[in-house]
Amino acid sequence: MVWGSAAIFLTLTALQFLHDTGRSSVGFATWRPVLYAYLLWATALCFAQVIVNGEKGKRTLFVLPAALFVISLVVFPLLFALYISFTDWNLASLGGARPNGWDNMRQMWGDTFYWNALKNMVYYVAAVSVEYVVAFGLALLLNAQIRARKFFRVVFLLPLMLSPVAVSWMIGKSMLEVRFGPVSHLVREMGFEPSFFGTPEMARFMIMAMDAWTFIPFMMIMLLAGLQALPREVIEASKVDGASSWQSFKEVIFPLMLPVSVTAIVIRIIFKLKLADIIINVTSGGPGGATDSVTSFIFREYRDRSNVGYGTLLAIVYLVLIVIFITALLKLVSRWMERPA
Amino acid sequence: MSAIFKDHASDRQMQVKWWSSRVAIYGTLMLWAFICLFPIYWTLTTSFKLAPDVMRGNMIPFVDYTPKWKGWESLGLSPRLIGEVSTVREEFLKRFWNSAVVALSASTLAVVLGSLAAYGLSRFNYRFGFMKNSDISFFFLSQMILPPVVLALPFLVLYKSLNLLDSRIGLILLYTLMVLPIVIWIMRDQFQGIPVELEEAALVDGLGIWGAFLQIVLPIALPGMVAAFILSLVLCWNEYFFAALLTSTNATTLPVMVASQTGSQGINWWSMAALSSAAILPLILVAILLEKYIIKGMAAGAVK
Repeated sequence: MVWGSAAIFLTLTALQFLHDTGRSSVGFATWRPVLYAYLLWATALCFAQVIVNGEKGKRTLFVLPAALFVISLVVFPLLFALYISFTDWNLASLGGARPNGWDNMRQMWGDTFYWNALKNMVYYVAAVSVEYVVAFGLALLLNAQIRARKFFRVVFLLPLMLSPVAVSWMIGKSMLEVRFGPVSHLVREMGFEPSFFGTPEMARFMIMAMDAWTFIPFMMIMLLAGLQALPREVIEASKVDGASSWQSFKEVIFPLMLPVSVTAIVIRIIFKLKLADIIINVTSGGPGGATDSVTSFIFREYRDRSNVGYGTLLAIVYLVLIVIFITALLKLVSRWMERPA
Repeated sequence: MSAIFKDHASDRQMQVKWWSSRVAIYGTLMLWAFICLFPIYWTLTTSFKLAPDVMRGNMIPFVDYTPKWKGWESLGLSPRLIGEVSTVREEFLKRFWNSAVVALSASTLAVVLGSLAAYGLSRFNYRFGFMKNSDISFFFLSQMILPPVVLALPFLVLYKSLNLLDSRIGLILLYTLMVLPIVIWIMRDQFQGIPVELEEAALVDGLGIWGAFLQIVLPIALPGMVAAFILSLVLCWNEYFFAALLTSTNATTLPVMVASQTGSQGINWWSMAALSSAAILPLILVAILLEKYIIKGMAAGAVK
């Protein structure tokens, strides 16, 4: 059964490939039937697991659908992306993709905007440390003996629910509007001339602030969960021993919270590396590329210039950098955690 | 009794300290609550403003200005227009419906696939070639670091040839892929918290592996699944990047509609505000009603 459906799938693929390249007249208008054949094959594979392997197959069936799904949707497009990135494909040109070797690589080497975007990502990632401090502070406050805790928790959670696009409109466009935005009023009251996206530093800071506004709740909740899972006895013991609240935080709570903190920070960094929506909608990278993240830069490369081949190469390079960075980070963290404190 | 002690100098000092710490704590909480709420308040009130009110920066409805339905009228959603046929409203409802369908089905798919995989990975030992359990888990979780830009273009081309461009199915598949690692992460944690003895008992009683999973484990893990579902719902509802690249007319979601409004003839502040409010209100409701689950979901992975 598996081989049968696999045969159908492969024949269809081959047939369609020939049709697309113009070597055969038999075929369909789109690749849709091939997709169906693939689904058929996947289903058959799942069923066959149970029939052939029995009990063991039933166990495999738990993981197999997800694995097939991810492999077909990630590995195949990635390979395809790798191919595109070495072509000079521009959607606006009629010729289609033509391999052009290392030309894109050379172009990237001289592209100051790309390097600038990478540099900005370093700033953006560095901002996570500030977010972490704020989030930790808020988590501590929420964990303290306070009334109306549920109310504050819901309110603090709200920014995370809002879509970055709405946020960029609500805050970036409306509240920071120079003429009549409420924040501009406030700044004017304090005696400054409001200009939030005039200078590169200021613009970058505003983007960081908006992004922080949406994602601080995320870290806060993870840290709060960590705080609530701390063993009460240890903290009480430190109090009995006469530690001040600052001492007990520094010597007891913070070290115990390290694993949670590391998880929260790493996940936050992963999310940060995908930062794009706010930048695309508020500044579209301006002024002069000062706020560009890699993602928003490539987004414009696709949409405005249709420069598919080059953009994909940039994305692939970015992926490689991210993988190296995250692996190094995790290695560093695990080594650092193992070290006796 | 207590009166005597309160007169004592050191005791009074203690009280001052206690009060000042209270004030500091509540002050900070209030300040942050204000920071969180003000943008939402601003958007909601702006949607009831007219042009002069916006320009003057009026803040408080009924005091500074009289609320008008102008912003909502541009969506065809004011009391006056609700009974009439309105093309703008249809347009808006279509986008809203797209967002809802895509987010709901992608989350459902992700929770189903993710829970199965997470259960398998937390209970059985697998061997696919060189890959063991931890490798498979890592393979799934590592999808999280994949930046969307890398996949965007291959998918653009792929969907074009599959005739899935600008269709809901295409978006659903992508969003499922996007939230799957998060679901697996949460659910694996959930299943590891359920004692294995429960299933062993079920197996002894004659249920199969799948029977034990469906009848015994699933009901216990349901809160976790709800948490994972809501979290992915939020992520899918808000997604902009793929929606902007892969849809044009039919399958456009709300965020794309919001983003595309800032067009040619300046910004209609009131209608933008109404649109943004409409886009964020469902999630605000979700947050208020289901806050417990959201926090549970995010806490699941954090604490081992």
